[in-house]
Amino acid sequence: MRVRTLAAVLLTSALALAACGKEGSPTDQAAPAGLFEVAKDVKVEGSPTFEKVKARGNLVIGVKEDQPGLGYKDPTTNKYSGFDIDIARLISAKLGFDPEKIQFKTVQSAAREQALINGDVDYYVGTYTINAGRKEKVSFAGPYFVAGQDLLIKADNTTITGKDTLKGKKVCSVTGSTPAKRIKDEGLTEAANVIEFQGYSQCVTKLLEGEVDAVTTDDAILKGYAAAEEGKLKVVGKTFSSEPYGIGLPKEDKALRDKVNDILQASLDDGTWQKIYEGTLGKSGSPAEKPKIDRY
Amino acid sequence: MSMVLFDVPGPKARARHKIMAVIGIAAVLAGLVYVAMRFIATNQFSSRRLDWINYKQIQLSLVEAIGNTLSAFAVGAALALAFGAIFAAARLSDHAWVRAPAAVIVEIFRAIPLVIMMFFFYYGLPVAGVKLSAFTAVVVSLMLYNGSVLAEIFRAGINSLPKGQSEAAYALGMRKTQVMTFVLLPQALRAMLPTIISQLVVLLKDTALGFLITFEELLRWGTRIGGDAVNFGRPMISVMIVVALIYIGLCLLLTWLATYLEKRNRRNKKVIHLDDDAAGQVQLGNASTTVGAGLAV
Amino acid sequence: MSVLTNNLPLFLDLFWKTLQLFAVSAVLSLVLGTILAALRVSPVPVFRGIGTGYVTVLRNTPLTLVFVFFVFAYPLLDILKIENYTAAVVALSLYTAAFVCEVVRSGINTVPVGQAEASRALGLTFVQMLGNVVLPQALRSVVPPMTSTMIALLKNTTVASGFAVAQAGNIRDSLSEQGENVLFGLLWVALGFVILVMPLTYVQQVFEKRWSVAR
Repeated sequence: MRVRTLAAVLLTSALALAACGKEGSPTDQAAPAGLFEVAKDVKVEGSPTFEKVKARGNLVIGVKEDQPGLGYKDPTTNKYSGFDIDIARLISAKLGFDPEKIQFKTVQSAAREQALINGDVDYYVGTYTINAGRKEKVSFAGPYFVAGQDLLIKADNTTITGKDTLKGKKVCSVTGSTPAKRIKDEGLTEAANVIEFQGYSQCVTKLLEGEVDAVTTDDAILKGYAAAEEGKLKVVGKTFSSEPYGIGLPKEDKALRDKVNDILQASLDDGTWQKIYEGTLGKSGSPAEKPKIDRY
Repeated sequence: MSMVLFDVPGPKARARHKIMAVIGIAAVLAGLVYVAMRFIATNQFSSRRLDWINYKQIQLSLVEAIGNTLSAFAVGAALALAFGAIFAAARLSDHAWVRAPAAVIVEIFRAIPLVIMMFFFYYGLPVAGVKLSAFTAVVVSLMLYNGSVLAEIFRAGINSLPKGQSEAAYALGMRKTQVMTFVLLPQALRAMLPTIISQLVVLLKDTALGFLITFEELLRWGTRIGGDAVNFGRPMISVMIVVALIYIGLCLLLTWLATYLEKRNRRNKKVIHLDDDAAGQVQLGNASTTVGAGLAV
Repeated sequence: MSVLTNNLPLFLDLFWKTLQLFAVSAVLSLVLGTILAALRVSPVPVFRGIGTGYVTVLRNTPLTLVFVFFVFAYPLLDILKIENYTAAVVALSLYTAAFVCEVVRSGINTVPVGQAEASRALGLTFVQMLGNVVLPQALRSVVPPMTSTMIALLKNTTVASGFAVAQAGNIRDSLSEQGENVLFGLLWVALGFVILVMPLTYVQQVFEKRWSVAR
């Protein structure tokens, strides 16, 4: 009998909750309206992807959803925000698509190449490092940002100043990730001191509790967390690798790649890129360094 | 409740028990108050950290996460029951070449940790070119492990039926399959129902292991919302309390179903009552997971 | 085969850590579980309530959730800092204690009423009766299911894989980092567990048979 009462109580409270559901987000991170002017009558000669998208009428962009400041999906609104997202929006606007024609789709790191090859997404913007291995399967426009492996530490930490001060310190990263592997391979700290979790947010929790001394991965990702924690954390700022982030495109589509490169170059020249950076990653307090477009 | 161990208390004992009760309550209360004070001191129940409950999208995603947990449970349970029935039948077969491999398979799958099975299907098989979704990996693992346990439960249930049942059926001229499907299985199933359901409670709890292979179930939802620093300042404590209550609620509902069915069975004259409580024996044998289904609800 | 022979030190090291994690949690859960069982059969209703409450909550909560709680949520309370390893031991012990408690309690219930009545007639106190008469007799019906509980605990140590605690479940991570064949690696891990568990299962069946005759 008691169980039945419990179920009834749970059900009523669920209904009561559903009835008073709030809309919107407590921290609205949407890009300021009107930042990107939608271009009209865009043509990309000889681009099969562009033709396909035009025919379909909407654009599907692959992104990440779990990196604040870069690609983050707000659980309260299901809206995406961050540097990567704004870059994706910028490109779609310059390709002539209204914001309501864009559909963001979360694609995990391991599935990125396949999503582009299958045509599940039209292009991908999400901490996607350009490298030779990936260039065999997809093509890259950009880089639109050059990240590098860095360290995230507590704001009051003065003992960790770079990768060579990690000996005897506990360093956290994601299981099986390249940054974790680099720390171990280069022997920057003892193997037993490398703590691996499933996600960076779990590492950040452990950093805030003081159980690990540093979190390591690309500085762009770390800056996002530093910005989210407002003053409690800082990024050391001495990168020890180079991770040029590119926009993933279907391999054969050179026309679209050139077009996207033109858009990126224009945004770097007219200050739009700078505005996007300041509205997102810039909140961490680290200055931006403009990337150099690599047309191959 | 076992009143075996002590006499009905007299006046002195009652007074002593009262004192002990007061001490016990005081100790538990002190613990709870301390934890509550820590909750308050660290602002776990500040309005910002509880705010997540109010958002419609979060409620919808919670419902979706519960849906994923329940569908993994439903599919896993159906497959495990089928697997269990087939392998129980195989282990009861008259042919040694059927019996032996079935026994080996059941024993092996009971010995391998579920986590390792899930890793195998999710991370191991892609090496051989077979890609399974996290959902499939969870469901297949649940089927293999729980199916093996259920096979043992079914087998014990059929073995515990009085010999007269099958003898009478054979005397009526039924064939082996008929004896099994029309006479033994229905009775065994009914007798074992509480045990089967408490194994299903285990299966429901084990869906949470999907967390380790990024299956989007209830617990994973909890760590995502609970780790949200941007909107709610990491409401991990309040989210985990809610998630735990949901799991406990779901499991108790199933357990309650088990006790209800047991009670109904007891009234039902068609059910054979086993003298030595074979069901309970199997349960104890699998104590890992299912000791004492008849939990006081 | 080469996956195993190339990485034998890794396999041995991590399986040894599994056994350590198992041993510590087993001792703690046996102690706590027995105390809880004593609470659940005590003459004071409040104590029984406490025991029942504990068992109901812990048995109906997934172990993974208990882990998440102690690794990610508990530290937010800022009570006593615990390392990941300690958190894993605490999670495994608290969870398993609920099952140990149930095994001991049902074992006590199998001891005939006359035994307890006779010891009371002799003037033994509750603690004396439990310790000298009832528990020793309950032991025989406790050992087989207790072995099962311990097997489950041994297998459950792999849940720690998701929480940065080194044990056999993590062999996969190391192998995939070195570019080894994860498929065969995991088969070897599975075999490792079969080898660890089978003797325990055998012992359990032997006890079960011997004592079921003796009764």
